[in-house]
This record gives sequence, structure tokens and C-alpha cells, in this order.
Amino acid sequence: MSSIEFRKELFADERDDTLKEIGKPTIRQDILGHVTGRSPFYDDHLFDGLLHMRCVRSTHHHARIRNVDVSEAERMPGVKRIIQGKDVPLNLNTLLSLINFGRDDEALLQDKKVSYVGEPIVAIIAETELIARRACQKVRVDYEPLPHVLDPEEALKPNAPVVNEVYPNNTFDYHDLYDHQKLRFGDVAKGFAEADKVIEAKYQLSPIEQAPTETCGAIAAPEQNDRFVCYTGTQALFFSLGTTAKLLEMPSSKLHFVGGTVGGGFGGKVDSLHEPLAVLGAKLTGAPVKFCFDRQEEMQVGAPRGAERWIIKDGVMNDGRIVARELTGIFDAGAYSRLSPYAIVKATGHLPGPYTIPNVASNVYCVYTNRTPATAMRGFGITAVDFSIECHMDRVATELGINPIELRIINSYRDGDMKAHRRLAKNTALIECCQVAAEKAGVRLAPHLQAQSSLQGGGPGRIEILETVTDDAGKIGERRQREVPLNPSGVMGNGKVAAGKGGEQIYGAPPQVSDMLPEPERTGYKGPAIQPASQPIAPSTPVQPLQAPVSERQFTPMQPAARVAQPHPAIPTPPPISQAADTTPAPAGVRRAGVSRFLSGPRRR
Amino acid sequence: MAKKPLEFTLNGSPAAVFVEGGDNLLETLRRGVGDLTPKYGCGQGTCGTCTVLINGEPHLSCLTLAETVAGQSIETAASLADGPNLHPLQQNFMEGFAAQCGFCSPGMLMAAKSLLDKNPNPTREDVVEAISGNICRCTGYEAIIDAILKSADQRRAV
Repeated sequence: MSSIEFRKELFADERDDTLKEIGKPTIRQDILGHVTGRSPFYDDHLFDGLLHMRCVRSTHHHARIRNVDVSEAERMPGVKRIIQGKDVPLNLNTLLSLINFGRDDEALLQDKKVSYVGEPIVAIIAETELIARRACQKVRVDYEPLPHVLDPEEALKPNAPVVNEVYPNNTFDYHDLYDHQKLRFGDVAKGFAEADKVIEAKYQLSPIEQAPTETCGAIAAPEQNDRFVCYTGTQALFFSLGTTAKLLEMPSSKLHFVGGTVGGGFGGKVDSLHEPLAVLGAKLTGAPVKFCFDRQEEMQVGAPRGAERWIIKDGVMNDGRIVARELTGIFDAGAYSRLSPYAIVKATGHLPGPYTIPNVASNVYCVYTNRTPATAMRGFGITAVDFSIECHMDRVATELGINPIELRIINSYRDGDMKAHRRLAKNTALIECCQVAAEKAGVRLAPHLQAQSSLQGGGPGRIEILETVTDDAGKIGERRQREVPLNPSGVMGNGKVAAGKGGEQIYGAPPQVSDMLPEPERTGYKGPAIQPASQPIAPSTPVQPLQAPVSERQFTPMQPAARVAQPHPAIPTPPPISQAADTTPAPAGVRRAGVSRFLSGPRRR
Repeated sequence: MAKKPLEFTLNGSPAAVFVEGGDNLLETLRRGVGDLTPKYGCGQGTCGTCTVLINGEPHLSCLTLAETVAGQSIETAASLADGPNLHPLQQNFMEGFAAQCGFCSPGMLMAAKSLLDKNPNPTREDVVEAISGNICRCTGYEAIIDAILKSADQRRAV
């Protein structure tokens, strides 16, 4: 029954593969420290002469900072140092810049314009927390309030205030080409035309604060050998280290980060907000500095799971088959990117849920608003869309008069089915889950549904679309232009392996739908050589046509047998993406009134 | 502000520390005398992870003025184990997966100890009531309640 594949060779000596652990008691390896109160949380490290840092935070949703007067705070006894944006060596960052994703858009200490309530402006280091708090109250910030926008759909309107100048359309730019993350599979318009019924609904999930019992924080101190030690409660120790090294323009070899004991995280401790300031404070004062959220900051300023809105439109047949599913996702990222753009990539890879639907289209927008920036929380990117999809399945079942469990079995994915992001489904078990759920709930399934299996009935023939080509490690291969020809082993000069087995060249499917073509001018992208949208331009994705351009829907799927090594055609040259586009904030984007949200060009509404 | 000497009993041993007016007991225990078992979670009396026993009664140390414990007896989670031998509550928390991140455990254990010391025969409702001031964000409480009830059962059996 088991079709699960494990990388057995890696752990062969360490465990057997029975994995029969459910229902058996297990003792955590770290629990002795927990029950004796000895587990070393970051604040359980004592330092002589510990100084305390507190932040002056924005009281406005959106305001230009005209002036900051710290003179009164500076004169207070016990105040050791006041830090402002100009004191931060590199005062602009985005968390995922460490993996080359997104543009730097957020200051460690804001000195130009605040974009959410609670945004830090000034950090004050004092002998006691009380003095630091009182000193913060003495800082005078002169604000020029700006119009703000708190709803992501309002932020998408052409006249909405620009929340984040780095993304002037109030949307993250995907691949520097799209103002949304796009998914196209089959042809939803055709699917809706064939459907007996079209059912559309809108769903929404509010922001949720992770609310760990231990608030976010860090203690940094000068160490011997010109290094700094930083004890932190972060969930992302090496992100925090890398971010600190970047913002303080300090080699990471000078940073000694100690973490791993986290008093609850749930995703809320990945933003690396405390470590850079604590280390900067230790550097500027030469003393140990503690910087943490108090409970109010944890709830107000600590980044929550972002709000999401999903509009789902299904084309369904009276027998329960879903023949088309169209989704619009609107993520409220808050004022800065943090992890929201990544969450949307996750969400898109998950569509259309664990179902095999022949025609799927989705546009997901990462929208900036004047709210607390959102970040990770338990399954973020998936949770809200799953909630929406499953609510919608129930709605469809009700409208068709079919049992909801039956509807799910009818549409369930099976092993070998092509998923909308063009990876083959493996290890599927939805049908079996439905059968067990029906039994437990006392729902009697028809014999033909009881006989279904995830292992049977899937695979080629169900949906005729090519799989995304992956390399031997199961990853989407390295497609950058190489400088050194492939050697016979298929390994490139840079040591990376080209996509395809053994380095052979294999190409994926061409864009199936004309609206996959990008219109770069819309997102504020100002790279050179923007071609008119009416002419196809080289896609930035690795996907390349197998032959000369194939017109829409005349494409014939390549049979597995046809996947043989080509005589090394030239690796496609990447489209001319300017370096400047990655590093300099884009000027105000061109906004155009929209017609349909499922056309690539104009923005919806 | 002038510092004043403060003497009290901590986990059966005499303790002395200098405090300022307004210092809270939590910081006095942690940074004053170096008992790091009570934790800071909220500073406003809502999470319970700073719970200590003062003369056997559970108190929120973050809201207790340090000066008010002069001459009193304070117990923290550091008092539970006898050398390498764990308290039954600790043993049952450990075996019953009643802690995940461990941050609420010191306060939770002290609330439970206070209950069992006063009421050897608690009902499930008594346990829920006793730990109602302690927030746990990881476990969902059931494992904690079970561990406390199991400790009570074991104590009765002895």
C-alpha cells in the first residue's frame, strides 16, 4: 500500500522505517530543561552592566518625518546612547535579500517616512528599562501625516496612496515583470463555457498574531577577539546573523550568534528585527545591550499572519466534476515585504488544492497597506487558501446536491496526475482520507466511490500537460547561461547540473495562454529594451518552446520517449534584466484602468 | 533612588538583595538573586509564566513589588527537584508531553504544586481552575491537565 519514498540511505544507520509512532509516548530531548526551568532562553544569560534598549515608534499609519528632536532625551541621566537611522551603516533591507528575492524596502530605524503604527524611528539605550522608556517619551517627532490605506483592495485602486516607494503600485513585482503571481493551466474560459454551473464566492481570513509567551528579543555583548555575541530567541538564527552582518556592514565572522531555545515562535520570530539593533547598540556603547518587545509591542508591532482574501470561481458539471477553477488572491502584506511575497509563491504552488481540475487560472497579489507588516505563521501561504477552497467545495456540493465527501472523491488528485504547477502528484491520499472520514462520520458512500483509490486512475491521459523539467536532485534546474561548455558528465563549469537527467537539455512546455506574456512597464520596471506588449518577448522563466513558437492550444504534449538528449542547443540568453532594477527603487509605476483581472495586462478594477 | 536591603527565604535558603522602590519581584529574583526559573512573558499579569509561590500561595511575580516579600518564603520551580530526583509533577510533565517550548512550564508547575499541596483530590475542573491564569501557546492544555491529575493519583497511591 505504501508508495512513500524515503531517502533511506541518508539515515540508514540511525533509524528503521517503521515510523509507527502515533499513539506512543515520546519524550522530547530538551524537556528535562523545560520542567526544571533550566532551558537557556535568550534572556536567561546574565551580563554585568546590562543596558536596555527601547524604541520610539510611529504613532501614525502613514506620515513623513519632518524632524526628530532627541535633545531632551539625550540630557537625561542614565541615557547612554541614542541611535537613529543615520547611525545604521546600511539602513535598508528586505529579509529575503539573503536569497536574492525582492528588493530592499525596509529601514531598521525609519528616518524618512513611517508607513505603519509602531514603526521604529529612534532607539534609546539606557541603564535601566525604565529610564529608556522615559527617554523615549521625551523624543519629539514632527510628523506630516499622509493619506493612508488599510484595505488591500483599496490599495490596488489607481488613486491609492503609495505605501512603499520601492513598490510604487502597492504590489510586489514578481519576476520584475508581473504585479501578481500568475498560474495558468489549461483554459478556464473554455472550461466555464462547457460547465453546467458556475459558482463564485469570496472568502477572507483576518490577521492572526502568533502571540508566543516569550516575546521577541535579543541580548548582544562585545566579546573577546573583536567579536560580538548575540543571544537571541529567533527562529531563524542564520537569517538573523546574515541580516545583522548586512545591515551593520560587518563580516559575519565577527558575529557569534547563540539561539535555538525559543519560548514559542509559531513563525513570529523570523523577522530579524532585534539582533541587528542589539548588536549595533553593543558596538556603539561597548556594553551588553538587551532589546526586546514588551507584550504590547509583541501584539501591535510584531508581524502577524497577514490577512488574505480569496475569490474562487468554479465551473462545475451536474455530475460533480469541476472543470474549471479560477482564483484571485489578495494578500495584505502590511507596509513591507518581509515574507509575504514568498507566502504567495507557496500558495500558488498549492492551487487548485488537492484536486485534479483540467483548467486552472490564478492571479495572486501581494499588496502593501499601512498595516503592521505580515510574516510567517504556521503554514502561511497555504492556510487561508485551503480554508477558502474547502469552504468552496462545501458550497459547490450544496449547490449540486452532492455529499461533500463524494464531491471531493470525484475531484481528488491521484498519483501520476499533473498538478497545475506542472509537477506530478505523488503519494496522494485524499481519496483514502475521504473514505475514512465518511466511515467515521457515518456517511455511507456508494460502492463505486468506496472502491476508488489514489493509486489508480491517475496519470497521463487525464490532463495533457508537460511536467516541469527537474534535475537529478528533483529541483528545477539551473538555467543561467554558462560560460564553460558542459563536460561529458553533464556538470557545468560552475559545478551546477543542468536540468534533465544527466545534464541533457530538456525543455518544458511553452506558455499555453497568451496572457502569460509579461508587460514589464506596468510594475514600475525600468530595465532596458522593453518590447511592445503585442510582441512576444522572451519569458524570464526557464520555460522555452520546444520548437518554433507553437500557437495557443495546438501544442502537443511531448511523450516521455521523446525526452532524449538534444544536441546541446545554445542555452537561451536570459532576458535583459538590468542590475539597476534589482537595487534601485523603481520610480512610480504606470497605472492603467483595468478590465479583467485575468488578463495579464491591466490591473483588475 | 536609594537602594534598600531586602531579605527573604528563597526555596528554603536565606536570600538578600538590594532593591529600589518600584522594582518588581520577577526582576529581583532573576537579575537580583539569579534565579532564572520564573520568566517574563507579559509584565502585566496575564500570562502566568512568572508565577511563584509566596508562603505557598501562587503569585504573579511581575506584578508583585519586591519590597512586599520581606521576610516571606518564596518558592520557584528551582525548588521542585531534589538534586537529580524530579518532583512527580516534573516527571509527569516530562512523560506526558506537557511542555513543548517550555516557556510556560515553570509557572504552570508552580500553579499545579500549589493546587496539589492544598487539594490532594482535585477534579479536572479544579485543575483547570488552578491553571486558568497560566497561558500555554503550544500544548493545548490537555496534556498539562492530564499530567497534574496523574501526579495527584500517584500521590494518593503512595
